[in-house]
Amino acid sequence: MTFAVFVVLFTAMTLAFEGFGTPLSSCYLLISYAHVGILAMGMTFVILSGGIDLSVGTVLAFTTVFIAKAVSVWGLSPWVAIPVALFLGAGFGGGMGFLIHQYKMPPFLVTLAGMFLARGLAFVVNIETISLSEHPFFRAVSSWKLYLAPASFTPRPFLKAEAIIFLVLVVFCLYLAHMRRFGRTVYAIGGSESSATLMGLKVARTKILVYAFSGFCAALAGVAFTFLNTAGKANMGIGWELDAIAAVVIGGTLLTGGSGYVLGTFLGVLIYGSIMTGVGDYSNLGSAGQRISIGVLLLLFILVQGLLPGAGKTRSS
Amino acid sequence: MKTLLANAIHSRIIWPLAGLGVLLLFNLLADIEFYRIEILEGDLYGPLITVLKQGSKIMLLALGMTLVIATKGVDLSVGSVMAVVGVLAAFLLRETGGNLAAALAGGIGVAVILGAFNGGMVALVKIQPIVATLIMMVLARGVAFLITGGLPIKVTDPAIRQLGQGHLLGLPLSLFVVAAFFLISVILTRRTALGLFIESVGDNETASRFCGLPTRLVKVMVYVFCAVCACAAGLVSIGFSGIADADKLGVLYELDAITAVVVGGTALTGGRFSLAGSLVGALLIKTMEITLIRQGMNPAYMPVPKALIIVAVCLLLSEAFRTQLAGLFGRRKVSA
Repeated sequence: MTFAVFVVLFTAMTLAFEGFGTPLSSCYLLISYAHVGILAMGMTFVILSGGIDLSVGTVLAFTTVFIAKAVSVWGLSPWVAIPVALFLGAGFGGGMGFLIHQYKMPPFLVTLAGMFLARGLAFVVNIETISLSEHPFFRAVSSWKLYLAPASFTPRPFLKAEAIIFLVLVVFCLYLAHMRRFGRTVYAIGGSESSATLMGLKVARTKILVYAFSGFCAALAGVAFTFLNTAGKANMGIGWELDAIAAVVIGGTLLTGGSGYVLGTFLGVLIYGSIMTGVGDYSNLGSAGQRISIGVLLLLFILVQGLLPGAGKTRSS
Repeated sequence: MKTLLANAIHSRIIWPLAGLGVLLLFNLLADIEFYRIEILEGDLYGPLITVLKQGSKIMLLALGMTLVIATKGVDLSVGSVMAVVGVLAAFLLRETGGNLAAALAGGIGVAVILGAFNGGMVALVKIQPIVATLIMMVLARGVAFLITGGLPIKVTDPAIRQLGQGHLLGLPLSLFVVAAFFLISVILTRRTALGLFIESVGDNETASRFCGLPTRLVKVMVYVFCAVCACAAGLVSIGFSGIADADKLGVLYELDAITAVVVGGTALTGGRFSLAGSLVGALLIKTMEITLIRQGMNPAYMPVPKALIIVAVCLLLSEAFRTQLAGLFGRRKVSA
């Protein structure tokens, strides 16, 4: 169903805006929204398990600052800094997951606290923006392109590192969700945690892993963003967790958990990116009109989802 | 004594009050200047007064948010509603050459409309509160931008400036606004059946509906009330700063409001709520902020202590944790 919507939306925009449906602009879509997509992938598992993670935006910011400082000021090699950052992200997420499961604390609040904590820690690492554009590694990676067609095909489409990371992650998540016990347990927990526990599924471990994975994805998105933006900034990523949640919801996953598809989220990211691109780059609306349009489109989307039979029916308390 | 202690651990408002007490005690010992009150032209000034003045916005938001959370919902749009109201009021003041009544009417009107829209999305269309109010957050911010055309509007109307910065009987005027809202909400919820209805809807909406309660109306009403509180907060805000900037007004305030409500003892799962608790929660956060800044902490690090407070509160509210804690005081079965 989401796929149908995507096709309709994409076609409409291609017809409406010149330069939209080309392979190159599609590649731009993937590149520009790769970080949102990576966040959304981690978020999907969390939401499927019936929880939510509000901290991913600030963990992303923290990662960029951490990597930037580690590489520029502390002199670490990127090959060390990046894995450490990913490990920190996963550990941070795992810590939240532990609190959520062990003490039955509400995910909304724990991850809200996590969001605050990560933001504060990001500022502790460095308050001002650190530029990475001079660093050889980042300069090289951020300008690297993977061309998808011979030079004769103009405009020549290409993908960059961020987009590749995103696509690889999507494939991995598809595998994780549908071919591993972990994925099945996540769906089971989202459906009914007590039933899952009674069935003997490893609920505790899975729940903690789900948040750890989300933290990992947030850090990964931060890494991808340093490739996109070649800078580390503590004061960024405000509201990005909501972008990720929006993409997941558009993709058809219910916020109550237990229902949804990784592929749906992927399409949700593309739809969200298309809307943002269409409204932002291609229309003549000012900043005000853009925000209003995005809000209205999101609303329409949710309404349509709610009206279709079987999809989006929220469970009564 | 053990019974007293065990009972105290279960009375919900004791914890935010205790937290506030700890902060105030710390200031008593380490920073007595915190309590210094100067009198200028009959008005009180000083760090304590600053807490009350700056905290008024959060206290107002927290009052509205309490009732929304009590119905098992959440309102992420209050910051943006603050912005719309503030910007609209400033705009109307400028365009009508200082017609205060028009500005107030416009502000309250738009707040009621936005609140009703929120309530409608949640109660009638059955969209989840996070998603619905998230959409409103984006929409309202856009409307605010539309009104200002991107440029901040200066606010010079003396009445509004008084609201944000003025004093009455020595205390900040905004504090009286908070008191008025608090009184109204307490009367409406505790002196009428409304409070009972709200708690009932939050606890078990289906059962409430079968009992004959107008659940959808109740839900719409709490969102409208929350928006009206945001309206008041918006007016105080532009009065305090003198500028209506669509880009900055109310940004991220909703998170502080939610924190204040949770710290105050109202659970996100809905049901029982405490308006007084939310006020204490808001004061706790503001006091902590001012105390830390006076102690020399870089304001940019402020999110860290806020995070620690949230975690501390959640731990204390968690049964599993309380069981572990009570186990330290002796073998006693801890019940909710």
